[in-house]
Amino acid sequence: MIAAYLVLLIPLVGIVFFALSGHKEETGKLNVRFNAVCLLATIWLAINVLNQGTIISSGGAFLIDPFNVYLIVLTAFVGLTTSIFSSPYMEHEKEIGKLSDTRLKLYHSMYQGFMLAMYLVLTTNNMGIMWVAMEGATLATVLLVSLYRTPESIEAAWKYFILCGVGIAQALFGTILLYYAAVQIGDGENALLWSVLYENATKLNPEILEIGFVFMLIGYGTKIGLVPLHNWLPDAHSEGPTPMSAVLSGLLLNDALYAVVRNKMLVDGATHSSMAGYLMMGFGMVSFLVAAILLHRQKDIKRLFSYSSIEHMGLMTFSFGIGGPLATFAALLHMTVHSLTKSAIFVTVGHAAQVAGTQKIDQIRGLIKTQPKIGWGLLIGTISIAGFPPFGVFTSEFLVLLATMDSYPWLTPLLLLGIGIAFAGLFRHIQPMVYGDKPEGQNPITANLWPVTIHLALVLWLGLAIPGFLAHWFSQATLLISGSTPL
Amino acid sequence: MNIEQLDFYTQAILSLAALVGLTSFLMLGQGRLLRLIFVFAMQGFLLTLTTALAAYSLNNHHLYISAVLTLVLKVIFIPWMLRRQVLQMNMHRDIEALKNNTAVMLGGASLMVFSYYVLHPIVQSSSVVMLNALAVSLSVVLLGMLLMISHRQAIAHVVGFMSIENGLFFAAIVATNGMPMVVELGVAFDVLVAAVLFGIFFLHIRTSIDSLDVDLLNKLHEVEK
Repeated sequence: MIAAYLVLLIPLVGIVFFALSGHKEETGKLNVRFNAVCLLATIWLAINVLNQGTIISSGGAFLIDPFNVYLIVLTAFVGLTTSIFSSPYMEHEKEIGKLSDTRLKLYHSMYQGFMLAMYLVLTTNNMGIMWVAMEGATLATVLLVSLYRTPESIEAAWKYFILCGVGIAQALFGTILLYYAAVQIGDGENALLWSVLYENATKLNPEILEIGFVFMLIGYGTKIGLVPLHNWLPDAHSEGPTPMSAVLSGLLLNDALYAVVRNKMLVDGATHSSMAGYLMMGFGMVSFLVAAILLHRQKDIKRLFSYSSIEHMGLMTFSFGIGGPLATFAALLHMTVHSLTKSAIFVTVGHAAQVAGTQKIDQIRGLIKTQPKIGWGLLIGTISIAGFPPFGVFTSEFLVLLATMDSYPWLTPLLLLGIGIAFAGLFRHIQPMVYGDKPEGQNPITANLWPVTIHLALVLWLGLAIPGFLAHWFSQATLLISGSTPL
Repeated sequence: MNIEQLDFYTQAILSLAALVGLTSFLMLGQGRLLRLIFVFAMQGFLLTLTTALAAYSLNNHHLYISAVLTLVLKVIFIPWMLRRQVLQMNMHRDIEALKNNTAVMLGGASLMVFSYYVLHPIVQSSSVVMLNALAVSLSVVLLGMLLMISHRQAIAHVVGFMSIENGLFFAAIVATNGMPMVVELGVAFDVLVAAVLFGIFFLHIRTSIDSLDVDLLNKLHEVEK
């Protein structure tokens, strides 16, 4: 349990430390160290869970089970690699005069603030605190979206703030309804603890929970970026600094989906109907298709990949909605490979935009000729996210397809169509950026592509063979969510 | 339901629910920013009353803390901050011409009916009083959204945002006698931070577009031209 407290304590110290110490030359590297220590703590936590099974802290405030512990490690890992990328990237932004020391101080402090909110969402056992932490994540990142203070970035941040704030308020209403159902079966102060709710799920009032789940899905769904609540997402991703886009896409969206799945587990227990699953399937499928089509009409490289995030989040929501063991396993795997690949892509895109001096797709050209590392990184990342074998995204998408054919065969053509449209949408933009002729005066920059290499290598490994302990882990989580294992 | 047969607490809750609903409608049709903020503070005050009343009649001490939090945040701090912004920006003389005022009011009324419709299934498991209280809370939430849609000033958006929080809070007090203490403190902290951030944002928006009219924030599009 000490490990869990450490995971929360380290970023908390980080917030205060960076806020007080001001920006110095080595601040970016210190940020890396904070995240590295945190990753070690999460691995320690994961080993504990592997040995002892589910851990609930005394008093029940925190719950670590196979489902959230792997997300915690993933969060820490992506947080670390993104901070490794962010250190030279933000220095470069400062050198070209886009940022000042005070803003970098805010950036590093809030980076840790965001990590804290993410860990709190994942570790807490209290559905109310989960809401508070999710709102906290918005509050921590909203000033980072407008970090450059351009009119566009302020507009994006305002949209993000208002849409996510209003959206997540719906989730609070859902939480209140959940609490209302819970106090009817007793246990006052502890009634919002997930472990207590889960044990007594069959006794909860199904009508209230059904209404509550609709609000939860809308609320947390705004954060996942489900169509038609997705409007803030491309704006916030494209106007904020690139490391922020990487962690928003790789972590925040996952954690919002995690919150929805936790609630779905309760609702399924109470209602014995597929209402929650159907809602998630519907929203997921619409998001998947709409985002795939919108990919074709983008002119900004970061907006392009944020629509790709919406598409993949839609697919995961759909897959969790189907709900069987195979579909759940596929969704968990897809969560992992998507956040690894997408954060790698945003890192490369950040460098590509610095090379070209712009984020406009039609002005980024000839990356392979200018700086082969960045060009190949972008190309391989895109191949991976589009679902080519042998990468992990292919495996998980294939499993989603299998699960769909098993349960709802008539939906398979729609899925295939969506994957095809998305593939075409990505490649028509990426191909000229990567190949093509090098524009005059375009020069290589100092870039650290280790995070990209590691992420993509991991995704490749997951595509070729999922290591035994990880497969075991996914099976445990699947067992927890869907009631049986796929293997 | 015969209202005279209910105990004093329930009757008071019902009237307070009605008044909270009324303040939402008053805000919806209000074009002057200072009055809008005043009505918002009134709504916060009604919420404080509700909380204090619940604390007193249920003998639940932690609700007194929530009442004080609501009083400080929603009746004093946030209205004070917004009022200062309006006076600084010299916007207190402007009257925002609301488009389709009648349609908006009718829309508000239908949202209220819709809230009753959505929450009707819970009558089977709880009292009619609870249905009224929850339906009014939900309609305050929805009316807050309508307020944000129909007004163009950023300040009105913040008022709408905070009044959504008021609606949720009312639901929590009436339906469940408040959330667990940690959650309530957490929510209050979030609201406080949000209020401070809104203050910072007003400054940024003003320096960026020289106005607080959010219709001018229109550079980003779903499909770029």
